[in-house]
Amino acid sequence: MSESSATPMATGRRQFLKATTLAGSALVVSFTLPGRAFAAQTTAAAGGDLSALIEITADGLVTLTFGKSEMGQGIHTGLAQIMADELEAPWAAVRVQHGPAKPAFNDPNFPMMITGGSMSLSGSFTALRTAAAAAREMLVTEAAARWGVPASECLAEQGKVLHAATHREYLYGALVAAAGQRAVPTTPTLKPRSAWRYIGQPLPRVDSAAKSRGQTVYGLDVRRPGQQFAMVARPPRGGHFSAAHYDAARAVAGVTAVFDVPQGIAVVGTTTWAAKQGRAALEPTVVIDQDAGFSTAALAKTYAELARTPGLVARADGDLAAAAAKATQRVEADYAFPYLAHAPMEPLNCVALVSKTGVQLWLGTQGQSFDQMAAARVAGVRPDQVTIETCMMGGGFGRRANLFGDNVALAVEVAKRQPDTPVQLVWSREDDLMDGYYRPQAHHHVVAHLGADGFPLGWQHTVVAQPLVTGTMLESAMLNPKTGVESTLVEGITDLPYVVGALQVHAHQTKAKVPVQWWRSVGHTHTSFAVECFIDECAHAAGQDPLAYRLALMQNAPRERQTLELAAAKAGWGSPLPKGRARGVAVVASFGSVVAQVAEVSLVDGQPRVHRVVAAIHCGTVVNPQLVEQQVQSAIAYGLSAALREEITLAADVVEQSNLHAYRSLRLHEMPIIEVHFVPSDAPPTGVGEPGTPPIGPAVANALLALTGKPVRQLPFSRQRWS
Amino acid sequence: MKLEVNGIMHEVAAPLDMPLLWALRDVLNLTGTKFGCGMAQCGACTVHLDGVPVRSCITPLAAVAGRPVTTIEGIAATELGQRVQAAWIAEDVPQCGYCQSGQIMSAVALLREHPQPDDAAIDTALDGNLCRCGTYNRIRRAVHRAAGT
Repeated sequence: MSESSATPMATGRRQFLKATTLAGSALVVSFTLPGRAFAAQTTAAAGGDLSALIEITADGLVTLTFGKSEMGQGIHTGLAQIMADELEAPWAAVRVQHGPAKPAFNDPNFPMMITGGSMSLSGSFTALRTAAAAAREMLVTEAAARWGVPASECLAEQGKVLHAATHREYLYGALVAAAGQRAVPTTPTLKPRSAWRYIGQPLPRVDSAAKSRGQTVYGLDVRRPGQQFAMVARPPRGGHFSAAHYDAARAVAGVTAVFDVPQGIAVVGTTTWAAKQGRAALEPTVVIDQDAGFSTAALAKTYAELARTPGLVARADGDLAAAAAKATQRVEADYAFPYLAHAPMEPLNCVALVSKTGVQLWLGTQGQSFDQMAAARVAGVRPDQVTIETCMMGGGFGRRANLFGDNVALAVEVAKRQPDTPVQLVWSREDDLMDGYYRPQAHHHVVAHLGADGFPLGWQHTVVAQPLVTGTMLESAMLNPKTGVESTLVEGITDLPYVVGALQVHAHQTKAKVPVQWWRSVGHTHTSFAVECFIDECAHAAGQDPLAYRLALMQNAPRERQTLELAAAKAGWGSPLPKGRARGVAVVASFGSVVAQVAEVSLVDGQPRVHRVVAAIHCGTVVNPQLVEQQVQSAIAYGLSAALREEITLAADVVEQSNLHAYRSLRLHEMPIIEVHFVPSDAPPTGVGEPGTPPIGPAVANALLALTGKPVRQLPFSRQRWS
Repeated sequence: MKLEVNGIMHEVAAPLDMPLLWALRDVLNLTGTKFGCGMAQCGACTVHLDGVPVRSCITPLAAVAGRPVTTIEGIAATELGQRVQAAWIAEDVPQCGYCQSGQIMSAVALLREHPQPDDAAIDTALDGNLCRCGTYNRIRRAVHRAAGT
C-alpha cells in the first residue's frame, strides 16, 4: 500500500485529498469535505483514518463511499452522477454505498454525520467533483507516462484514457494500481459546464430495481445470526407504570425475557409477534407524574393569549406606531397549527448488539453521530466503540435525525440487558405515532397596517412555539445570539420577501411536555404558511389580485419574483376555470431555493380537493431534473397531506391518534396532477428535498379563501367544514 | 403447520394466531413484505392468498393453511408480475421504496382482474396502499404502462 496526499482549495475552504493503492489492485482517492468551523477535526481524519472515498478497482468498477443516507430523496443517484461525470466513468460502472459512522464522513457544515437540511447534494457538489477530477488526472498522468507523451495530449473518456494521435488507449482498471502511487494533483481542473455528460440529465435512479423487487434491505429487514425481537411498553410522556403482569408476558409462547428499562418494560422474543403478544399481556397500570390532564386544546388557548403579548424581539425595523397611525386599514389574523407526526412508512427500529468490545448497530438513520453518542452513553462506552451499519430508510422526513438518538438509546437499553445477542427493537405504528417527536404546535398572530394604496405600511407578527434545539448541542448553530430567538420560530418571517414597511417580529419560546423535532422543511411548515396566507388576506382587504399584489411588493426579492412569475405563467393565472374551482398561490424561499406553487381547488363534501398544482423551483444548477421533479412532487404530497387532515392531539396526557386510521395521510385518489418547472440557473445547486413542502398548504388555503371568502384560522383544513 | 410460499412448501413452527406477515418476515426471512401499521390501514404488507390480495398483517396463519401464498419475492414467476415490476423500474416509481412491494402486489392483482383499468379502477384497487413519499402519480403511470394503456 502506498499513499500520497494534497490539500487543494475548494470553494475557499480546505479540502483534503489522499490517494491509496490497496493490495496493488485499486486506486482509492479518499477525501474529506471542506469543513467550515472544524478544520482541525477533518485534518486529523484526512491524515489517518478512512474517509469519504472513491475506489476504482481493476475491473473498472467505481464505488463511492459517502456519509449521506438514502431515505428516498435520491441522494445516491445524484452523487453517482456528479462523480461519474467528473471522473469520466461509464454510468453503468458506478456504485454508491453508505459510509461507516466515523468523523471523516461528517457533514461539511456540522461536526456530525447527519443527513438533513436539504444539504446533502448542495453541500457536497464541489468537493465531490474535485476529488473525482483528481482521480481522473492521476489516471491520465499514469497513462501519459507509460506512453511517454505529455498528459495534455491524453483524454479521459468513459472509463478509458485515450491518446488520439496514436490511437492508443488504456482502460482505467489497467492503470489504477500504478496511478495510486502518483502525487495527488493539488488543483485538479474541473470539467467546464459545456462538457458535462451526466450532470443535468434525467438519469434513472440507481435504487429503483432493487426497491421494485423487494430486495432492498431496510433497517427492519436486518437479520443477524441469533437475532431476537423486542418491543417496549411505554407509559405516556410524564408518566410511569406502577404495576404490570410480568408473569403473563413471560407465559406467552416465544417470549424469552421481560424486564424493566428506564423508558418502560421490554419484552424480548423469538419473533416480533411473540414480543408484541407478550407486551399486550403486560397490561400495565399507568400513573401520570406531571402536568396531569395536559391537552393540546388547552395549550392552543394558552398560545393564543400569549400571542397577544410582547415576546422576544426577533426583528424590529421602522416605526410600527407611526405606520399604524398613518394606515387607512388594519388587517388582523390568527393561525393555529397542530403538532404533526412524521409517520414514515417504515416505523422506527434498530438492531443492537452489545458486547465487551462495544456496540454494533444496524438501522436506517439520518443522524449517525446522535445515535453513536446515545449508544455510547447508554452502554458506557466511547462513541468510537459504537459501529453503525446504515441501512436504507423507509422514509425519514427528519424523524430519523433525533438529537437524543431516542430510538437507538432504547434499543441499547434493551440489548445491554441481553449481552452478545443481536436484538431488534421494533416500534409498532402505535409506538411510532404516540411516542414520537413532533412538529411543534404553534400560534401566529399577525397585524398589518395598510396605506391608502392598499399596500402595507407596517407588519406585526408574533409567533408562539416550542424551540427545537435550545438547550442542546446544536443551539449555537440555530439560536441567534443577539435576539435569543431560534431560527425555527421565525425563518420565513424575519426574512419575508415582501416590502412591508415597518416590520416587527416577536417570538415566545415555550416549554411543553410534548417533545418536538424538525419535520420536513422545519420552521417553514408554519412560519411561511402564516406569511403566505396573511399576504393573501392583505391583498383581499386591498381588493387586489393576490399575484399582482405579491409581485408589487417583491422589488427586493428577484429570485422569488422570477419563480413566482414562472409558476403563474405556466398555471395560466387569471384564465377561466370550471365553476366551483379557484386558484391559490404561494411562494417560499427555504434551504437556499425558492418554490412557487399555484393550486387549483374545489370542494368535495365540504373539504378541499386539489386537482392540479403547478410548481416552479429555483434551485441553481439542476443535477438531475427527474430527481428534482420527484422531490417537488413528494414535498407537495407531504405538505398537502398535513394541511388536509393530519394532526397529533393530546387529551388527558395521551396522544389521541394511535394508528393510521386516525392519522390520515394523503391517498392515491387525492393526489393532484403536478407540473414542475425550473427557473434556468447556472448558480451552484441549492436544496431540493424540503423547499417544495412549505408553499402547498398556503396555496390551497388561499384557493379556499378565493372560493369561499373564508380564511383559514386553524390547521388542518378538516377542522372546519368549507362552503 | 405447512405453509406454501412462492411455490415452495415450508414447515413452520408458529402459533396459529400469528399473522402471516410475521411468519414470512421473522420465520422464513422473506423480508420483502413490509410492516407498516399492523391493522390493514397502509397496504405495505400486501401479499396474494389464492391469487387474491390480502393484508398479511391481519391474516392469521390459521386462515392460510393449505392455501398458496405469493409475495413480492415470487411475483416475477408470472409474466404479469414481471411486466409490472418492469413498468415500476421504467417509470422510476420508488423513492424510499418501502411501500412499493405492497403497491406492486395490489397492482398485479388489479391487472389480473382488469387487464386495462381506467384511473377510477386504479384508484379503487390501490387506494388502500399508502405512500408517504407521494409517488402516486408515477404509480398510476406504471400501472398504465404495464397495462399498455
